[in-house]
Amino acid sequence: MFKRSEQDKRPPVQIFVDGVAVAARQGDTVSAALLASGVDARRSTAVSGAPRLPYCMMGVCFDCLVTIDGVGNRQGCLVPVAEGMRIEIQKGKREIGR
Amino acid sequence: MSVAPKREDYDVVVIGAGPAGLAAAATSAEAGLATLLLDENIGPGGQVFRAISSTPVTDRNQLGTDYWVGADLVQALRAGNAEVIHRATVWSLDRNLDIAVSIGGASAFVKAKRVILATGALERPFPIPGWTLPGVMTAGAAQTMLKSSALVPDGRTVIAGQGPLLWLLAAQILRLGGRIDRILDTTERGNYVAALPHAFAFLTSPYFTKGLSMMREVKAKVQVVSGITELAASGDGQLASVSYVAGGKRETIPADLLLLHQGVVPNVNLAMAAGVEHRWDDLQLCWSPVLDASGSSSVAGIAIAGDGAGIGGANAAVVRGRIAARAAVEALTPAAAAKLPAMATLRSDLAKAERGRVFLDTLFRPAPQFRIPAGDTIVCRCEEVTAKDVLDSVAIGATGPNQLKAYRRTGMGPCQGRLCGLTVTELMAQARGKTPQEIGYYRLRAPVKPITLAELAAVPKSEDDVKAVVRG
Repeated sequence: MFKRSEQDKRPPVQIFVDGVAVAARQGDTVSAALLASGVDARRSTAVSGAPRLPYCMMGVCFDCLVTIDGVGNRQGCLVPVAEGMRIEIQKGKREIGR
Repeated sequence: MSVAPKREDYDVVVIGAGPAGLAAAATSAEAGLATLLLDENIGPGGQVFRAISSTPVTDRNQLGTDYWVGADLVQALRAGNAEVIHRATVWSLDRNLDIAVSIGGASAFVKAKRVILATGALERPFPIPGWTLPGVMTAGAAQTMLKSSALVPDGRTVIAGQGPLLWLLAAQILRLGGRIDRILDTTERGNYVAALPHAFAFLTSPYFTKGLSMMREVKAKVQVVSGITELAASGDGQLASVSYVAGGKRETIPADLLLLHQGVVPNVNLAMAAGVEHRWDDLQLCWSPVLDASGSSSVAGIAIAGDGAGIGGANAAVVRGRIAARAAVEALTPAAAAKLPAMATLRSDLAKAERGRVFLDTLFRPAPQFRIPAGDTIVCRCEEVTAKDVLDSVAIGATGPNQLKAYRRTGMGPCQGRLCGLTVTELMAQARGKTPQEIGYYRLRAPVKPITLAELAAVPKSEDDVKAVVRG
């Protein structure tokens, strides 16, 4: 859906999406890294289980909710990637304890 | 990495580091006031100047000169003594000017003598059939990715809607080598006539020639279809096609990405939760705060600057930030105000920056069918409530957005009405034959963004606090 411009010279950052290594760039938000990666990053909603991807990318729509380093319901569009970060695509509502 | 505020009390707390907030905080600090700037994003810039200090798009022509103005604002802020905290989400502001802010999963509390809200705007909801499908995003979302990560669309891409941002985004995507298959312009034909009486002011504004050359740049490379009267996205769990009607003729085109935009509206959540009076704006079709000429709101000590004060664009936002900060300086340390540009100068700057706005608002007034959906089209994305659900609730007695919560949970999901509030107000107003002002809006309350119970429970408590809630 999206590709990186060749002029982007930012250093690489490795994150893990559902256990699989994915190349991101320093300064990417989690949501941007997921959309750039080509992996199926669709979460499913808490209400009906409908698939969703980020809609606004600016912190207002909450369609980017994702589990980051074991913590659910994080707004992926507001969190920068970090080396070794573990991302899980959140299916349904946040689970108790994570 | 996350740093809590250094003090408990500040002269001025500015919320939001976009054009208005950057200018306000720099002005306040320049006058010697203890100033704190809180911002939710990773770096300064807000939306217009997003990633201004970190963008990988280094060729200045690609983002345009209007973008790089933001770098000067950041430099001015950094030259002063304002304390700046990013990734700081303000979740409460009240009439006592007590502020609660979540930073790195922990809440801090500060008190201000003056608060300047610079929480800006968000894109107007665009509730068409299929707008919740993966692959449908706002134009602003694509622009955010372009500015902060140099990402551009490379699948079959359709941009639909209207307004200056749409053309700017299209030009930027093309300059960075991205793909746009078609632009669907939803501007109503009648708007051109309605806007004509306001055209002179616009012709003399700086936006005119820039806008025209940008549209030319885009139209040379992309097929543009005007006069769109219907628009829908469809696909099974993922966007597959976009269908539209133009000139009475329906067409369906395959698409991987649909970017929607029909203008921006004030982000009212924090201001409304603080008790600031808002009124329905019949021209901009949104809620705007009731403010005096210095941006002061109905709550003593709270001023609003930038697009949160009513949509005026980035140039106006910068000046409004300076005006609100100067008013705070005049109130707190009148002697220091002498150092700052005179209020009369600032007001004339503002008049210049706002020139042509009525023309834009009239020309790009979104059509009713793109604001007020029907049938199975989703209104509330979080709770997955359709237009029919809302109308059924009205039929059995729901009178306004707050009653509707009890019927359907609209506005009670994590976005707290940001993506459905305007739609619900207009839909209910139409169904009940009332004005949006009469129908009203959701009653907004803190926390204006979700925080965990664990974070609330970890807040430091005095003995009195504990006594107030513990029995026996």
